[in-house]
Amino acid sequence: MGYQSIRFALPKGRFLSSTAQFLEKSGLTFSGYDAKTRRYCLESSVFSNLVAKVFQEKDIPVQVAMGNYDFGICGLDWIEELQTRYPASALISVANLGYGNGSICVAASKRLGLSRIDDLPGGCSYRIVSEYPNLAESMALAFRLGEFRIIPVWGAAEVYPPENADLAVLWHEEQEELSFHGLTPLAELFPVMACLIANKESLESKDLSQILGCLSQQFVARGDIFWVTRDFPRRDRSTIGSISTDWQMKKVKLALPDGHQHKPAAQLLERVGLSFHGYSTGGASRRPRSDLDWLGVKVIRPQDMPLQVANGNFDLAITGEDWLKEHLSRFPSSPVEKLLGLGFGGVRIVVAISQDAPVDNVDALRTLVQGGKIAPIRVASEYVNLADKYLRDNRITPYKLVPTWGASEAFLPDDADLLIDNTETGKTLERHRLKVIDVLFHSSACLVGNKDSIAIPEKKEKIDFFLTSFHSVGFQ
Amino acid sequence: MQDVLPEDMLRFRHVADVFRESCQRWGYHEVRTPTLEYLHLFTSTGTLAPSMLRRVYSFLDWDGWSGERVVLKPDGTIPIARLYIDNFRDREVARLFYVTNIFAFEGTGREKRERWQYGAEFLGGAQFTSDVEVVLLAREVIYQLGLGEVELKLSHAGLVKALVREFGLSFEEEAKVLNCIREGDWSILKNMKGSAPWVDSLLTGFLDLQGGSSNFLQNIKAISRDASADFKSALDNFISITSSLDILGCDYSIDIKAISGFEYYTGVCFHFLSGENRVGGGGRYDDLIPLMGGSEVPACGFALYADPIMELLPWKEGESAEKVLVKGKDLSEETVSRSFSLARLLRDAGYMVELGFDECKEAGYRWFVSVFDVDSFSIMDCERQQTLQVNSEEEILAAIRG
Repeated sequence: MGYQSIRFALPKGRFLSSTAQFLEKSGLTFSGYDAKTRRYCLESSVFSNLVAKVFQEKDIPVQVAMGNYDFGICGLDWIEELQTRYPASALISVANLGYGNGSICVAASKRLGLSRIDDLPGGCSYRIVSEYPNLAESMALAFRLGEFRIIPVWGAAEVYPPENADLAVLWHEEQEELSFHGLTPLAELFPVMACLIANKESLESKDLSQILGCLSQQFVARGDIFWVTRDFPRRDRSTIGSISTDWQMKKVKLALPDGHQHKPAAQLLERVGLSFHGYSTGGASRRPRSDLDWLGVKVIRPQDMPLQVANGNFDLAITGEDWLKEHLSRFPSSPVEKLLGLGFGGVRIVVAISQDAPVDNVDALRTLVQGGKIAPIRVASEYVNLADKYLRDNRITPYKLVPTWGASEAFLPDDADLLIDNTETGKTLERHRLKVIDVLFHSSACLVGNKDSIAIPEKKEKIDFFLTSFHSVGFQ
Repeated sequence: MQDVLPEDMLRFRHVADVFRESCQRWGYHEVRTPTLEYLHLFTSTGTLAPSMLRRVYSFLDWDGWSGERVVLKPDGTIPIARLYIDNFRDREVARLFYVTNIFAFEGTGREKRERWQYGAEFLGGAQFTSDVEVVLLAREVIYQLGLGEVELKLSHAGLVKALVREFGLSFEEEAKVLNCIREGDWSILKNMKGSAPWVDSLLTGFLDLQGGSSNFLQNIKAISRDASADFKSALDNFISITSSLDILGCDYSIDIKAISGFEYYTGVCFHFLSGENRVGGGGRYDDLIPLMGGSEVPACGFALYADPIMELLPWKEGESAEKVLVKGKDLSEETVSRSFSLARLLRDAGYMVELGFDECKEAGYRWFVSVFDVDSFSIMDCERQQTLQVNSEEEILAAIRG
């Protein structure tokens, strides 16, 4: 045969157009790899045995390490996020590709008046928010922060300090961006360059020479990763100055959703008679202002809300029932509960499989998996805890969970066998030639609250007022 | 993942028994700390170096929505310090020992992720005599186990820290130098300029030597008259410990460079070595309990490592009590009940008894008793190759007792 296909994982998002240019310059154009494309699977215009798939950047190091792809291009931040926790991953960082933007830094609120990471005292407990929980933990250990808690988030890390976190580990393009959010960088950890990564076994045994030959003309030297190259002393015990903020004065804290849920949530709040400057009229402020002087508001990702309500950062939040259930399946004794159904943003959480698969329901699937036909079955899902519970409850075993960060349907059929995801109309599933074999539940937006907050009389009074506004327009 | 098979388990228990008996004779009390501890216990004290902390197994607890992480215990001493703070009165002297497993992630999957150790800690002992006590206790256990040639190597973390301080470095530079030294790299210090002449001669003349008695330290004292008060007091403490060991006839060598490993040591530290293998180690850690929020309680202790000890342990295969096999010739109600009752009688008399009813191997037993039916037995003495027919349980017991 001597004809082995070579698989490339390419990034969506921030590096899409620069990666497309880079590939073109290297003579490795993939037709259809541009910002407008809705296709995930691409073919090389040059080599007939070269295929590519487009992923969320965060998924690329995992896919390459698992051996689903020979090559990948993604930012150094996501490579470090994987390798700092799993140094034995079968992932080789082949080269820096010489383009990229921004850097990863540790930042704190300007109001703390600190300018360097060395200014942070020991003996405090730090809350560190980040989309990169592994990097954040490594950073905290290297800088010897002593006691710390990592708050992992799906996004919007910049809005958490100083009230809901002391430090943020985040990607930023310009210093002004941090400044805009009231943050000051304490340490730049490393610049985020695009890197070529490869699967270890592929490099060891597969003929990748043609592709490497094309790409290697544009390799550049790698820089240092700041904290790995330094030794930090143990910190003296002292305490960080506390800052009083307007936020602390607010009796009730509310989290509002960004993204798809922003518009319907804003419309609903308008109907209820609650207006938020910088949110209601399509504004994109992360800290909208309310006319109610006792209400503090921030705009964060709906995925992050149940955890943020559970840990007491917020008392109320508008999120999806799907994310609430996902949270409760991980933390069954969490104090978060649904207070009101809000009706909008309705989706079904479904189990889907390729239309070619000879199964139409969960029983047939169980028989197929237990019979060893596809074992272990690879299950792609954004809802890892819900998926885990569903598979356990239905005895679909053995299975492997492939956590994803959106667009999970692109994983099937090559990189996963089953999908557990949300769908609004089913059209996307249809387009990817998938069929629904089970429905976990219907989900729509809801107001969630912290049981413990509601038990505090002065909060309860305000929360009741808030709920009454909803009841008055018919929400129960 | 590592299974411990019956033969290894016997060795493990034997080591634990010897360790436990010695500790108890010295007035130490056994304790156990949980396998799961909070991560902040190990990070907030700043006592495990980042290189070790990166290898802990940490994860969110069931109530981990606050971000609180728990770990599989990566170290034996820090949990004991916590146990002391939580359960003992201020500055109370406590002699504690434990047998525990500790966990560290190992990237290749070839090394063990779980290791066992036998440890003892003397909390609240400020005098050099406490250091002498823990060294002698550890040595006694090693001697009792008959591990053969095991060398005791001594150094002094307080002395090394005071030596580094003689260079007048910044806080950060000093930490960097100490980190290198803990990882066994002394070149950074040797190549450093600007120290007093006596420091130079100490580094070039004494550092690579192996002192055989406290005289070695007296010689260092003679050249270091210009040293800081910290250096002198650390040296005097080291001299007191080694002089006592000299008088007590405990052989050792002094290797100032042998302070690799834990950051929490502040005074004498020691290793037990069999060839290149470390079989145990310990030292003084006066800052640990205050760093963890307890009061100023000085402490010292040691741990012996199960894996290298089990390798070195003299052991004869199959060395166990004399076993009896009671074999029922059929599965009739009568035979089964007589077999069980006979086995019980023999166990009560102190014998190790196995029961067999079908075709089982008859090797590895001292006696082999066949149960036919009521009042009919045959006993085979496998050692003497003699068979005897008897008619009652009492006669069997008498025959076995000889």
